[in-house]
Amino acid sequence: MANRERPLSPFMLGQTYRFQLTSFMSILHRITGVALALGGISLVWWLMSIAIGGEAYEFASRQWASPLGLAFLFGFTLALVYHLLNGIRHLLWDMGWGFELPKVYASGYAVFVLGTLITALIWFFGMRSAA
Amino acid sequence: MSGGPETSRAMPFRTPLKRARGLGSGKSGTSHFWYQRVTAVVLAPLAIWFVATLVSLVGADLETARAIIARPWNTIIFAVFLVTMFWHAKLGLQIVIEDYVHQRWLEITAHFLNHFLCGLGAIASLYAIARIAFAS
Repeated sequence: MANRERPLSPFMLGQTYRFQLTSFMSILHRITGVALALGGISLVWWLMSIAIGGEAYEFASRQWASPLGLAFLFGFTLALVYHLLNGIRHLLWDMGWGFELPKVYASGYAVFVLGTLITALIWFFGMRSAA
Repeated sequence: MSGGPETSRAMPFRTPLKRARGLGSGKSGTSHFWYQRVTAVVLAPLAIWFVATLVSLVGADLETARAIIARPWNTIIFAVFLVTMFWHAKLGLQIVIEDYVHQRWLEITAHFLNHFLCGLGAIASLYAIARIAFAS
């Protein structure tokens, strides 16, 4: 523990530094990770509702289909797709691939483009499955 | 790029203590880093299977949902996915807590809750999946 307040470098996002895709995607990876961990609790709740059955499953199904439930599911899909794609990017870096700055930016933009497409695809099939 | 003449000239100023001994001061070596990657590699393909199964379950009634989860490979993949997911979540949340929570008592509480809730999530998922699989 530090016994004296020492000067710290400013936070990477905010007024001090120019906006950078790299630091933004890094913090977004953590934020989506935390969000997915919290959302994971709802997965357990959903599985439990299927195990219990009856009124519990009816209740859970109504919650998922409500506007708030759908908004939650949409956010969950976005977070999952982003975290998955950016996670693959991290694993490729760990293997030594794409660590040059132009490639870091190219793969970064690819995550957003692919992520939007995949999220749209998941919801297209989800809606078709519901209809 | 190391090992050039500059490096060897600088050598006398370095002591053997630049190397970590045994598992290092953290006493866990690279196990956290390694298991975060191992779980990530396992989760990537399983997440695709899991999402595809969830999409097929949209609007399903109870009997259909139970029957689909109770298919042998779905049961196994659901179980492996959820346990690995909570393991990966525990490792990730641990890093977030270590990095951003600076009040000691709050940090310890957060670590405790993280361990406990991720363990609970994994066990509860296994219980629910087993009940669905073995009831039908």
